[in-house]
Amino acid sequence: MRALVWHGKEDIRCDTVTDPEIEDPRDAIVKVTSCAICGSDLHLFHNFIPGMLPGDIMGHEMMGEVVEVGHGMDGKLKKGDRIVVPFTIVCGQCEQCRRGNFSVCETTNRKRHLANKVFGHTTAGLFGYTHLTGGYPGGQAEYLRVPFADTTHIKIPDAVSDEQALFLGDIFPTGWQAAAQCDIEPTDTVAIWGCGPVGQMAIRSALLLGANQVIAIDCVPERLSMAEAGGATTINFESESVAERLNEFTDGKGPEKCIDATGMEAHVMASQPDTLLDRAKQMLMLESDRPHVLREMIYVCRPCGVISIPGVYSGLSDHVPMGALMNKGLTVRSGQTHVNRWTDDLLRRIEEGQVDPSFVITHTVDLAQGPEMYKVFRDKRDSCVKVVLKP
Amino acid sequence: MYYVANIMRSKGDPKIVRSGPSSIEPADRLARRLGWFSIGLGAMEVLASRRITRALGMRGSEGLVRAYGFRELFSGVMSLSVDKRAGMWSRVAGDGLDAATLLSGFRYDNPKKHNVALALLMVGGIAFLDYKAVQQTVARSPRRGGGRRLYADRSGFPKGLEAARSSAKNLLGRAAVGAS
Repeated sequence: MRALVWHGKEDIRCDTVTDPEIEDPRDAIVKVTSCAICGSDLHLFHNFIPGMLPGDIMGHEMMGEVVEVGHGMDGKLKKGDRIVVPFTIVCGQCEQCRRGNFSVCETTNRKRHLANKVFGHTTAGLFGYTHLTGGYPGGQAEYLRVPFADTTHIKIPDAVSDEQALFLGDIFPTGWQAAAQCDIEPTDTVAIWGCGPVGQMAIRSALLLGANQVIAIDCVPERLSMAEAGGATTINFESESVAERLNEFTDGKGPEKCIDATGMEAHVMASQPDTLLDRAKQMLMLESDRPHVLREMIYVCRPCGVISIPGVYSGLSDHVPMGALMNKGLTVRSGQTHVNRWTDDLLRRIEEGQVDPSFVITHTVDLAQGPEMYKVFRDKRDSCVKVVLKP
Repeated sequence: MYYVANIMRSKGDPKIVRSGPSSIEPADRLARRLGWFSIGLGAMEVLASRRITRALGMRGSEGLVRAYGFRELFSGVMSLSVDKRAGMWSRVAGDGLDAATLLSGFRYDNPKKHNVALALLMVGGIAFLDYKAVQQTVARSPRRGGGRRLYADRSGFPKGLEAARSSAKNLLGRAAVGAS
């Protein structure tokens, strides 16, 4: 089969690889009908996340048709079912899964000894990601083996198209969780840094969860226009002061809720010297993340507000103002997405026509064009916001 | 490396049969090679500054050569990073500095002026490659100005923005009544 394979920094290839095989009674093989390139795939593309090996198959946003199942499915999944595969692999049985904390499933990371060493405790196995999270082959491929498939799936009715359903596996619940963990109240202003795909989903989610005002911060006109279309007021940080504008919108008090949909690769700008320093340190491997957005959020957030971090951070961040964080009494909520906690509700909203996540798709291409599209997406060329690949 | 990587995989995981074209372009490869060259040259300038100044008949400039060595090391690291265009520009600027410094040593009374001429020739050749790499390496930032598509019609709410707002308000209203 064909698959997009990581060979090293900025080196993705559409390779011919052997087909995946059932290994465990709870495994299933899925024929992938649609998959997407995620912003966090770019962190792997840039080799900023440790633990990738040449030959790893990329991709953690995928859906398709079940073509083979192991004999331990207990009727929960059968051949012909149309499913979205959540990016977090969940056993459904451990203590964390029973609590709904699916992204920290205690069972599914097959290389949990690495995660134990690096993170202190294991987190869930993830598709198409670092070996710290199991090194499971990803879904930017024609076929995918889904471990723990009886619990790691979201069944999709025929009335919902691939484009509408695909993002239930990652970016839609990620944006939703980012907003939900802000505990939004009707008077709240929610500020969202980053108008990439997750930021766009967070904007729609904050609005659907009843925020009084949503403010989106970015510098790319296409993304700002999409954010405005979703009901946000926008700030272009290249031409405006974020702190000043946020104070204008909130009578000088700052937003109650702040969402970091940017993560470890914040934009580098000469007018923000900390971003230059972070970039230099990142190059010299003295710091793994560029936490400019985190610093800015802590500075502008209203005292006793909430900081929600769906953006990916990989390791160590310098100069995070813990003094301001502590003295302002801010609450930080973060984590990889507990996808299955949210998907029933989100699928219902899609079916009812409340929301259609396909708005974010700007490019749909054949899988073979994947390596080129990584660069187009990374460089935001051709007004690219979200790439869907068709194997 | 692939053999070692495959040891880390399980039996049912796919393995590469045939490799396709890479996302790395020739300009990226050139930038990488120049980056490694920069690191090699920089290390030499830092560690063997006295031998370099002796070969060029420019004794007394050891400190300057060492400083240029650190500059080369930084340019090399930058050229190997994802911001390779910035690294290439810093190399071009460095080539200018190198050429200016070498020209100051290209005097009649310098017994090693032939070595200086040779070094100048090498700097010229490398500068040509550096500039070529700058031109061919794609800018990381999106294009400015025209040719952009704006997405003002993509609300993501099939029933419209106002319907989404009012359904959220209704939901919050019902939740408040339920709580009281």
